[in-house]
Amino acid sequence: MPEAYEPKIVAFFCNWCTYLAADLAGTSRLKYAPNARVIRVMCSGRVDPQFVMEAFGDGADGVLIGGCHPGDCHYQEGNYKALRRFHLLKRMVKQMGIEEERLRLEWISASEGDRVRAVIDDMVARLKELGPRRRAPSREEVLVG
Amino acid sequence: MTQKPKVAFYWCASCGGCEEAVVDLGAKILDVAEAVDIVFWPVALDFKRADVERLPVRSLLVSFINGAIRSHEQEEMARLLRRKSQLVVAFGACAQLGGIPGLANLSTRRALLDEAYLKSPSTVNPDRIFPQVAELDETVRPLDRVIDVDYYLPGCPPVPGIISAAVEALLTGTAPPRGSVLAPDRALCEECPRKDSKPEKLLLASFQRISLAAADETKCLLAQGLACLGPATRGGCGALCIAGNMPCTGCFGPTSRVRDYGAKALSALGASIEATEPEAIDAALDGIPDAAGLFYRYSLAASRLTKERSCR
Repeated sequence: MPEAYEPKIVAFFCNWCTYLAADLAGTSRLKYAPNARVIRVMCSGRVDPQFVMEAFGDGADGVLIGGCHPGDCHYQEGNYKALRRFHLLKRMVKQMGIEEERLRLEWISASEGDRVRAVIDDMVARLKELGPRRRAPSREEVLVG
Repeated sequence: MTQKPKVAFYWCASCGGCEEAVVDLGAKILDVAEAVDIVFWPVALDFKRADVERLPVRSLLVSFINGAIRSHEQEEMARLLRRKSQLVVAFGACAQLGGIPGLANLSTRRALLDEAYLKSPSTVNPDRIFPQVAELDETVRPLDRVIDVDYYLPGCPPVPGIISAAVEALLTGTAPPRGSVLAPDRALCEECPRKDSKPEKLLLASFQRISLAAADETKCLLAQGLACLGPATRGGCGALCIAGNMPCTGCFGPTSRVRDYGAKALSALGASIEATEPEAIDAALDGIPDAAGLFYRYSLAASRLTKERSCR
């Protein structure tokens, strides 16, 4: 029997909020899907779109970006930069054959350990529904459709 | 008598503009012809593939190859020239990054052929006849995903100044380390005549489309909400498009610090939006109807999203 499909998520969590929330989820012994590989960055605004393309290029099934809530950024407005880039990036990767559900941005504060659990569980469930990424670009529906 | 160094020019998936760029050298081309022996240049000289095959291995000093690789024939020629050459220069945006032909990677080969030979409005092809010349690959690739490339000459096409500087550097053995792009390693904004009007901090309310906007001929185009890719693009062209009051479309590709041009260009422009609410951001982005076509215009085939070096 083939092994069940387990999507790989690359998660970029900001040092001041979402990473602490993930830490809290751990120390609170919350149980959630083990599919996310967390990379700590100083700010969600540090998540260069190149990182996202690189992650997808290396075979990630999904990319999750976690930052502080609007207004709470440790660097004042890094998360707004992340938000703007995210909206543009989402449009672009869709054209390149990557479904919208595969790229996600969430605001999770340091106290929201349970939200880390909920978001990752939800994303894993959605990615399982989508199935593995299509390896070859099959994008005519974007162009022709 | 010492022999002149042997040089070859070849074109793959390209428009012919790079060949034109060589001619654009003007009178300087006579100096080049004086200094080297051009042994292969299909567009200008009557040498054939068999002539190249007869040459000893590594007997050419340098092959300048323009165009992306999108057919078996092009791949074979690239490999042949690689074997016969000490140096290979990817000449122009298509060879360096896939260029305009690389945009074909947004679609499948099947869809492209159907569109061109069956579906386009002016086509009448009841017998479903397709061209039989060269079979197209499934994807378009930059040259360095097929063979090792020693140097890159950026641009669509490369401008005369950087071509003659590159030829001189290669002939005198003063070229930078292998793998270098033979153009200045700084963003276009730094050499832009309008750079003084670029605000310290850009905040754009919306993006305008150049075809619909009346752009001020003296001010920074980006500050006017035109999607100018100068901040993310390598300089060296002399800001030609800006001189024509057109925004930079990024043909010189990235600087050495950037791995994925399209993503970086998107990053630069995306972060400059003024809005902070999702709806307002989306509204501002409606001025960019084709993000992949804008940011990856010349580099889609080189995106990190597809990394395989050689697969057919």
